[in-house]
Amino acid sequence: MTETAALRSIVVERDMPHPPEKIWRALTQSALIEEWLMQNDFQPVVGHKFNFRAQPVMGWNGVTDCEVLEIVPRARLVYSWNASGEQAENGLKTIVTWTLTSRAGGTHVRMEQSGFRPEDENGYRGMGGGWPRILGRLEDVAAKS
Amino acid sequence: MTQTQDTLFRTLADPTRRAIFERLCRDGEQTVAALTARAHVSQPAVSKHLAVLKQAKLVRDRHEGRQTHYSAQLGALAPLIDWTSQMAGFWEKKFDALEDLLRRMDQ
Repeated sequence: MTETAALRSIVVERDMPHPPEKIWRALTQSALIEEWLMQNDFQPVVGHKFNFRAQPVMGWNGVTDCEVLEIVPRARLVYSWNASGEQAENGLKTIVTWTLTSRAGGTHVRMEQSGFRPEDENGYRGMGGGWPRILGRLEDVAAKS
Repeated sequence: MTQTQDTLFRTLADPTRRAIFERLCRDGEQTVAALTARAHVSQPAVSKHLAVLKQAKLVRDRHEGRQTHYSAQLGALAPLIDWTSQMAGFWEKKFDALEDLLRRMDQ
């Protein structure tokens, strides 16, 4: 999966003063997920296909196609996060990975959404690590100016 | 995703075209001949890629005598920076909402 590793990811990490069991419930019970993330028909079953639904906004139909890929109770949850409907072909095709690590006084919560790429899949294949380099370069330039 | 972002992604999705753009980012202003020497494609092909990059405002050309010099316009990448920070912002907000919920679950 070196191809995937070269794509751009978003990582958000936080220490939360709650035990992993409780955070796991918030990540895997449909009604609780809806309270903090989006309306959904999630089930904690590998292979289960579900949707997140939000208000459509300009340029986005509001629906995310997902499939549960991996479940390690209280530790790791992986699902696909893809554009849906007529936006599926050229839209996002990403993987969301939640990792919970028990820490003194709470839990380290890490979310990685990986697989960001340009629309043109064939074109993207040759892209390698160029994208982060380009962005890194721009940030360097911005910092200097 | 806006039309500008679409254009930028599409423009940079081609590996040859992206390599030309990256070369201009790394090494500064170049002539078509200098770019062709490193590109493994013909000069007309390089010129065609440069035209597409120019249309997306990712490069600028400057004529000097019979030579045309091209340079990268890094500011044109701003919509992509906006896009990535918007996506990161989405999850930061969701993390806040998750923590709110966890606090309420205590009660």
